[in-house]
Amino acid sequence: MGSVSEPQSPKASPASTGGAGERAFRWLTSGAGLVVVAAVVLIGVFLIVQAVPSLIANHANFFTSAQFNTGDANNLMFGIRDLLVVTLLSSLMALAIAMPVGLGIALFLTQYTPSRLARPFAFVIGVLAAVPSIVYGLWGILVLAPVIEPFAQFLQTYLGWFFLFSPGNISPVLTGTIFTAGIILAIMILPIITATTQEVFRQTPRFQIEAAQALGATRWEVIRMAVLPYGRSGFIAASMLGLGRALGETIAILLVIRASTSPSHGSLFDGGYTFASLIASAASEFSQPLPTGAYIAAGLVLFVLTFVVNAIARVVAGGKVNG
Amino acid sequence: MAKRLDLKDVDIYYGDFHAVQDVNLSVPPRTVTSFIGPSGCGKSTVLRTLNRMHEEIPGARVEGEIQLDGEDIYARGSDAVAVRRTIGMVFQRPNPFPTMSIRDNVVAGLKLQGVRDKKKLDEVCEASLRGANLWKEVESRLDKPGGGLSGGQQQRLCIARAIAVQPDVLLMDEPCSALDPISTLAIEDLIGDLKKEYTIVIVTHNMQQAARVSDQTAFFNLEATGKPGHLVEIDDTEKIFSNPTERETEDYISGRFG
Repeated sequence: MGSVSEPQSPKASPASTGGAGERAFRWLTSGAGLVVVAAVVLIGVFLIVQAVPSLIANHANFFTSAQFNTGDANNLMFGIRDLLVVTLLSSLMALAIAMPVGLGIALFLTQYTPSRLARPFAFVIGVLAAVPSIVYGLWGILVLAPVIEPFAQFLQTYLGWFFLFSPGNISPVLTGTIFTAGIILAIMILPIITATTQEVFRQTPRFQIEAAQALGATRWEVIRMAVLPYGRSGFIAASMLGLGRALGETIAILLVIRASTSPSHGSLFDGGYTFASLIASAASEFSQPLPTGAYIAAGLVLFVLTFVVNAIARVVAGGKVNG
Repeated sequence: MAKRLDLKDVDIYYGDFHAVQDVNLSVPPRTVTSFIGPSGCGKSTVLRTLNRMHEEIPGARVEGEIQLDGEDIYARGSDAVAVRRTIGMVFQRPNPFPTMSIRDNVVAGLKLQGVRDKKKLDEVCEASLRGANLWKEVESRLDKPGGGLSGGQQQRLCIARAIAVQPDVLLMDEPCSALDPISTLAIEDLIGDLKKEYTIVIVTHNMQQAARVSDQTAFFNLEATGKPGHLVEIDDTEKIFSNPTERETEDYISGRFG
C-alpha cells in the first residue's frame, strides 16, 4: 500500500488517487470470479434438489439396477449401472485411441515437421475441433459404422473370448455399438489432446534438448530424454480434458449407439445409452417432476464424474511440469 | 582418448549471414585452450561447430575442415550424432535431465551407446563422479533426481556426464558463468585435473579464468556488428596476457577495448 510507505507525504499518495478505480476494478473481477463459482454451486444444488425426491421414490437400486423405467410415476424403477458402463466404455475406448494418436501428432508437429508445414497442419487439427458433433454423429452412423463392421466382426470372431469383444446385447448387429461410438469420440477429442500437448512439447527448454543432443542422442532419443519427461504431465492433463469432453458428449452418441432392450454385457459391441444420450433422448417427456427427477439424478452422476475427471486433470497439470 | 583438433580455413554461416571468417588453429591433446573475445565475435559459434551442435540451427553451415586426429568430422558419411558421442560438451547453464536420477544422468551417454551392463555402468558412474569431484557429495543419494543439486553441483554433474563416455575432446561453453565464485573455483580446479586425460576447449568471458586454466588462448574479435567474427591470434596463454603480438589483443586484455 502506497499510503503506508509514504505517511509523511502531504499530497495524496498515488495509491489513494487510483483508489476508487482500483477498488471498482477489483470488485468487478472478483464478481466475475464469483459468478463462475456460483454457477457451479447452483447447478449442483439444482441437480440435488430435483433428484432427491425421485431417488426416494425409486423402487430399484439406483447404483446396481440396469433398467430405467420412468413411465409410471408411482412405480419408478431406475438405476445407472448400464449408463455408467456404456459411458465409461465408450469414453475410455476413445481415450485409448486418442492418447497415442494425439501424442504421435504432437510429436510429429513439434519435432519432425518444419515449422512452415506445422502451422497449416495444426490448423487442420483445429478444424476437427470445429466440426459440430451432430455431423460427427451422422457421419459415424451412416459412413463409419458400415465401414468398420468387418473389422468389428473380425474382432468378435477371433477375440470373442475376451469380454470386451464378446457378442453384445444387440447382437448380431455390429453397427451402432459402443465400438463405433468410441472411434467417433476419439476423433472428437483428438484436437483437444493434440493442441494442448503440442503446446507443452514446444516449450521444452532449449538447454534440455541440447543436453541430449550433445551426448549424441538421435532425434527419437532426444524426444525420449528431454521432450517426453518435460511434457508428460501436460499430456496427461490434456488427455483428462479430452476424457471430460467424451464423457459428456451427447448428440453424436445418441445418433450412433443403438438402443437395446436387454441389459449390458459389458462388451464393446453393446448398444444402449450413456448418461448424456439417455437424458437427451427423454428430454421431450420432461413433464412430471418425479420421472424427470430420475433423469436429473443420472445427470447428477455425470456431473460428479466429469468433476472428478477435471479435478484429476488439475492435480496432474498443477504439479511441476518438469519435476 | 584425448585427440588433437585442427581447424583449417573454417568459415561459418547462418543462412546468408557470415558469422565467422577464416579460422585456423590447432588444439594439442591434453591441453586446455580458451576462446576469449567480445560478445558476438563468434567464439561460441566456433565451439559449437567442433561437435556439430550448430547444425541444429536451420540454415547453419560450415566451410573448411575440422579434423579430429586428422579425420574430417564433416567428411561425407560422417554423422553428427556419432561425432557428438566422441566430443563431449558442457553448457553455460547446468542442464542435467531433471527427472533422471543422478546415476542415470551420469550414464545417460553410455546408455545411448548401448551399454547395458549394470556393473559396468555403476563403475563408470562412480569413476566419472570422482573425476568431476562430486562423488563424496552425492554418493549417498545417487537415486535422487539430478535437479535437486545446487547449481555448482549440477554443473559438475554435467561434467561427469560428459566425461563418462571418455570423449576425445571436451568442449565447455562458459561453464562457470551461471555459478557463484566458490563453485567456479571448484570447476576451474577440476579443469586442471581433467586436462591430464582430455583435450579441453573452453569459451569464457572471464579473462582471469582464461589466464588461470588454459595453456593456450585464442582471441576472437569482430570489426563491427554484422561483420563476421575472426580469430585475431592464438598463442600461449602467458604470452597472450603479458605480451600479445597483436595490438587488438592488447587493447582487449587491458580493457582499452573500443
